[in-house]
Amino acid sequence: MTTYRVLLFARYAECFGAESLDVQLPAPATVADLVLALRQLPGGELLPPQPLVAVNLTQVVSDHPLAPGDEIALLPPLAGG
Amino acid sequence: MPHLSHAPIVPDQVTAELAGEADGAVVTFVGRVRNHHAGRSVVALAYSAYEAMADAATAAIVAEAMARWPVRVAVVHRLGDLAIGDVAIVVAASGGHRAECFAATSWVVDEVKRRVPIWKRERYGDDSEAWVDPTAPAGTIPVQG
Repeated sequence: MTTYRVLLFARYAECFGAESLDVQLPAPATVADLVLALRQLPGGELLPPQPLVAVNLTQVVSDHPLAPGDEIALLPPLAGG
Repeated sequence: MPHLSHAPIVPDQVTAELAGEADGAVVTFVGRVRNHHAGRSVVALAYSAYEAMADAATAAIVAEAMARWPVRVAVVHRLGDLAIGDVAIVVAASGGHRAECFAATSWVVDEVKRRVPIWKRERYGDDSEAWVDPTAPAGTIPVQG
C-alpha cells in the first residue's frame, strides 16, 4: 500500500471537514482509484464522480498514474476571473 | 508582479509596469464585484485559491498569450474578502496596436476562468452564503454550505 496526501479546497474541504487527507491505495494507483476511495469516506458522497484533479500543479485526467510523493489536489468547479 | 494579491489591486499600477515607449496601445480589463448573481442580491464575497497552482497556471497563460500575440501581458487576481465594487481581477495587454491587445486581453480573461484554481464564496442579502459553481445549469440555486 502507498499513502497519498490529497489537498482539499473550498467546498471539498468543507465536505470532508479537512484541508488534506491521507489515503492508502494498493500500487499501482490512478486518479480514478483515488477518487473512488475518497467517495467512500464520510463526506465523500458529496463529491461528483469525476471531480477536477491536479497532480504536481497540473490538471490531469482520471487514468493518470499516481506516484509516491506526488502533490495531489482535488479542485471544486473553478470560479475565478 | 505577483499574479495573486491579498491586498486591493490598483489597475493603474498594473498597466504602469507594463507599458513601454514603443507601445501604442494598452487594453485593460478590470473585473469588479457585482451586487447580484443568479437573481440574488450579493453583499460580499471571498476568493480563495490553490495558490501554488493558481500562480503557475496564470504564468502559463501569460506566456502563451505573449507567444501568440506581439504584446506584453499582466494578470493580477485578488484573494480574500471583497466588498461590492472592489477590483477582483486586472488583465492588461500592451503592444504596438489595439487589435492584438484587445484579442489577447479577451483570451486571457477566458483562460483564467477556465484554468486557474480560484474559488468564490458569495454572501447574500439574507445573510446566507454559497460557493459559486459556474458549471451548474443556468437558473440553479447555488449550493448552500
